[in-house]
Amino acid sequence: MALSNVLETPAAGFNFDNAARNAALEGLFDGAKTPNPMKTGTTIAGVVFKDGVVLGADTRATSSDVVADKMCAKIHYISPNMYCCGAGTAADTEKTTDLLSSNLTIFSMNSGRNPRVVMAVNILQDMLYRYHGQIGASLILGGVDCTGNHLYTVGPYGSVNKVPYLAMGSGDLAALGILEDGFKHDLELEKAKELVRDAIHAGIMSDLGSGNNIDICVITKEGVDYIRPYQESQYKDKRKMKYKYQPGTTAVLTEKVVPFHVEVVQETVQQMDTV
Amino acid sequence: MLRLRNATQPDIPVYRKEIKKRCIMNSRGLRSQLKDSVPVAGLCPQGAYGVQDSLRSGFTCVKNELLPSHPLELSEKNFQLNQDKMNFSTLRNIQGLHAPLKLQMEYRAARQIQRLPFLPSSNLALDTLRGSDESIGFEDILSDPAQSEMMGEPHMMVEYKLGLL
Repeated sequence: MALSNVLETPAAGFNFDNAARNAALEGLFDGAKTPNPMKTGTTIAGVVFKDGVVLGADTRATSSDVVADKMCAKIHYISPNMYCCGAGTAADTEKTTDLLSSNLTIFSMNSGRNPRVVMAVNILQDMLYRYHGQIGASLILGGVDCTGNHLYTVGPYGSVNKVPYLAMGSGDLAALGILEDGFKHDLELEKAKELVRDAIHAGIMSDLGSGNNIDICVITKEGVDYIRPYQESQYKDKRKMKYKYQPGTTAVLTEKVVPFHVEVVQETVQQMDTV
Repeated sequence: MLRLRNATQPDIPVYRKEIKKRCIMNSRGLRSQLKDSVPVAGLCPQGAYGVQDSLRSGFTCVKNELLPSHPLELSEKNFQLNQDKMNFSTLRNIQGLHAPLKLQMEYRAARQIQRLPFLPSSNLALDTLRGSDESIGFEDILSDPAQSEMMGEPHMMVEYKLGLL
């Protein structure tokens, strides 16, 4: 259907046609509000230890006051040597990390090298600064490359921080307290995992937006160990996902057979011409 | 050149002029501040005398035309332009005038390799020059013109592009 009021093909990328309409609509609804996007009110944490980086996250995704997803995966794959935890609007973190991962894959195919963590951080910073905080993604990027073990945080407005231990999300204050208390340089693997687990646990206990299970991701020069879940919450509900019952689940009490007599009334045979 | 030689002394007359300019700029109204920003190619109505084409686009209010409704609308519309301006001016400062001139000549040539306006063009040469064939951004995923749901009337689009409309 060719429209006669379209004089140019619309530009690719974000389309702001409905922004004015949305602003007008918001004034119209008296009590009701526009639907909220799904946020990951979250606790995410990361620690640099002797041989690499440990990242941890909870698994709850909330949509204002309701838990929208109990087994949300907040540790996203970026490249074989880098993983990224995301807090903020769930869709924004997923899409941003997906784009980052695609760009780094193209780069590593072009150049034949494993991407460095600084490159990923710079790409993220450029992308998030360009959109001036409208993309609500606070990310913790951790990875191991040829220059060492790195842990960075990128805020939604494009701010970057390089630190040896880190927590972000709505439960970050509680987690940061545990990290500040227990962090030492060059921790061993098991101690680092325990520290991150304790930090996420503190976030879960003190923040309503974080909860359910704890995921841990260990990145070393040898490889990545993504433990999901590292610790399951003790408040699991026993809901069956499938409600299909085996034959014999209900007992048969009585059985009555009534034979049904059929009388042949008329029989006609018609030959088919099969030549 | 003189300013470089006397670098230790501040250039007082220039400094005073700059202060004056700053004071004047702060007291100007909203409309002129808009004019100072990057020229908005799409937000002003097209057509003769800059008047809204009521037959095709319907009635509109003046506020929508002057101010964008989303904070990112202006910056996204002009993002590529601004990036190019910044890069070319840096290149001019580093390497001299010839560098951006030659590059802009290539860009102009590559920009002309297009299909007719109502058909999707691949822009392969332009992408290669810009380096955007090796990266993926939101413009590759969202609102892909090759998968647009609306199709324009071919004759009108060609006439519009040639300026006959």
